[in-house]
Amino acid sequence: MKIPLSYNARSLLQRPVSTALTALGIALVVAVFIGMLALANGFRSALIRTGSDQNIMVLRRGADSEMSSSMDRQAVSILASSPHVAAAGDGRPLVSPELYVVIPLPRKGFDTTGMANVVVRGVSPAVWSVRSNIRIVDGRRPESGKSEICVGEKMASRFDHTGVGESLRFAGRDWSVVCRFTTGGSAFESEIWGENEQLLPVFRRDAFQSVTFRLKDPGAFEEAKRTLEADKRLTVDVYREADFYARQSELLGRILQILAILITGIMALGAVFGAINTMYAAVAARSPEIAVLLTLGFHPRSVLASFLAESALIALVGGVIGALLALPVNGMVTSTTNWASFSEIAFSFRITPGLLLAGLVFALVMGIVGGFFPARRAAKQPVVQALR
Amino acid sequence: MKYLPLVLANLGRHKRRTVLTIASVALALFLFASLRTVVTTLDRAAQFGSARRLVMTNATGFILPLPLSYGNRLSAAKGVSNVTWANWFGGKYADNQRFFAQFAVDPESYLEMYPEIVMPEDQKQAFFRERSSAIVGRRLLDLFGWKVGQDVTLQGTIFPGDWTFTIRGVYTPSDPVINDDMMLFHHEYLEERTGRPGIAGWYILEIDDADNAAPIAKTLDDQFRNSSAPTKTGTEQAFNASFATMWGNVSLLMGTIGMAVVFAILLVTANAMMMSARERTGEVAVLKTIGFGDRTLFGLVMLEAGVIALTGALLGLGGAKLLYKASNFNAGGFLPGFDVTGTTLLLGGAVALILMLASGLVPAVRAARLPVVQALRRVE
Repeated sequence: MKIPLSYNARSLLQRPVSTALTALGIALVVAVFIGMLALANGFRSALIRTGSDQNIMVLRRGADSEMSSSMDRQAVSILASSPHVAAAGDGRPLVSPELYVVIPLPRKGFDTTGMANVVVRGVSPAVWSVRSNIRIVDGRRPESGKSEICVGEKMASRFDHTGVGESLRFAGRDWSVVCRFTTGGSAFESEIWGENEQLLPVFRRDAFQSVTFRLKDPGAFEEAKRTLEADKRLTVDVYREADFYARQSELLGRILQILAILITGIMALGAVFGAINTMYAAVAARSPEIAVLLTLGFHPRSVLASFLAESALIALVGGVIGALLALPVNGMVTSTTNWASFSEIAFSFRITPGLLLAGLVFALVMGIVGGFFPARRAAKQPVVQALR
Repeated sequence: MKYLPLVLANLGRHKRRTVLTIASVALALFLFASLRTVVTTLDRAAQFGSARRLVMTNATGFILPLPLSYGNRLSAAKGVSNVTWANWFGGKYADNQRFFAQFAVDPESYLEMYPEIVMPEDQKQAFFRERSSAIVGRRLLDLFGWKVGQDVTLQGTIFPGDWTFTIRGVYTPSDPVINDDMMLFHHEYLEERTGRPGIAGWYILEIDDADNAAPIAKTLDDQFRNSSAPTKTGTEQAFNASFATMWGNVSLLMGTIGMAVVFAILLVTANAMMMSARERTGEVAVLKTIGFGDRTLFGLVMLEAGVIALTGALLGLGGAKLLYKASNFNAGGFLPGFDVTGTTLLLGGAVALILMLASGLVPAVRAARLPVVQALRRVE
């Protein structure tokens, strides 16, 4: 027969301080666990959302980032005339040969010593149709032939002179900010976009870094990749745009994840030790009680299960508190450097339901591991001795 | 101190509990030391730099190159005693399993500029003589099991193709902040193979007098302002500092986690102390009956908390110091010179002291204030 859970709940309330301290310890571990994974998660998803599955990105062969790539005009025109490129309503190809440079901009606020490296991306006028997830939230598209730029959503709060209607100076020229765009939290939101033909000469470049185009038939990626990479006139690598940006997040994303697991792992060990202490003390204090339970005919297995449940209950309460503690970081914006391009990207902590669930499961595991040995001790208790 | 055996006997009664509590204190302080060392290591890197060295980059963006022709004009500039230049190569080795930095440098002037890069004279000369040779850091050599004289082939990402270098020397940095896993090779070789574009990534200048850094930097920047590549010159320290900020707000992140860790373990220790105090209520009453003063009993409980906290601190902090030292940890090249500093150890000690006070105070006061008669009645 099973021992009802209410027995455990009442026992816990018998020693509120000890229960609360143990639960809070677990709560802190869970909060750090969720918080750190939310950081890794936010960074990853910012880069993963940057690309689209329908777009193809072409870089010079061997280049592992836009920074190290270079595509000359001849290559660009060969790509633009490829049959795999989708066309806009007016028949023009949906292709954007892009310039990618990093400029220093002073960060806004107290930390005036900090210069951030910000991406300036030279795009073709067709880019707004190539990247269909881009939405202009304020202002209008830059006009072709003018020194106009559009800034990402995450720029405005972090850098001066990036509001619509203001003028931003870089590369020895003033640029009027005519719009602000969002792309669902992607890394593009940390960039400044202008027309490629305007930006090439001011950065004294004669080649682009990459070419992105819309695939005519979204299913034909493999075929497009094969033909373009085999084209004798080109020496290029072809990626799905989404895959390319996801790959950029790999290194730092992995570092953050390893860090999260390492730190919370060590913390968890400490918390488990605490739980073991608490549960042993509980078992010792209640040994007559346990003996009575055993005498009444409860199977030792039921006693084991009951104490495990008690420990799990403490942990679960801790887990819930921890999840609540971590929740406020959701959406908080922070920034770091994408080391693949030496540029700063801003992203938000992202807590997903799955992450919260993982936190609770983590708490439960801590509780069960911490409760196992004390629970076994309770179940194996010699009845006669304890009753005496 | 004469009570120490009594305290130790008390601790020994619940050996498992004592060991677990000490272990969790040790783990907490190990984490504390590790997290803080990340911050101190980055800080040190940010502060590194000779006051007499200036770094000149392209004002439009530090990844854009500068003309190689600037070199002569810089050497001729007033107050500048030595000039060298370097380029980021960005090659991949063996599928890029382990990232490391490669720089194309002007060998003689670069090694003269950086006396911190120490290597045997004969290896240095061999490196100078051979255009396709390279020198590598000791760690890199050990990591890949390379040998001096061996050919190593990298895949260029910025400069496409296979690049083969002959390792002619191994350096050990005299300052731990300098990476011991870089590869340096001839800038001239890069120029030759890429069709002489005549570019340098950045210049490093040595000036006669550190006090003149600001005016010299300004004069040079003014000189190139209207040229095809305007420059931005600053001290080496400022350059490194701006690099360190690129990680983002690491100290806030590490600080927050550190606080959470310490607080979590505080709860665990406090709980353990309270449990053992509660179990010994009767004993305390007996001690009082046989003449132990309130103050002595307060001291006894505090001492017990102190032994736990300090043993934990010794294990955790000492463990961190020795582990990172012995394993020569540098976070895959990202945190060169990772070493737990004396200040960190002191701070860790202070944390242990706070831990002792916070976890011992409540039980100690309770023990001191315990009414004897009532407590003794409860024992039976």
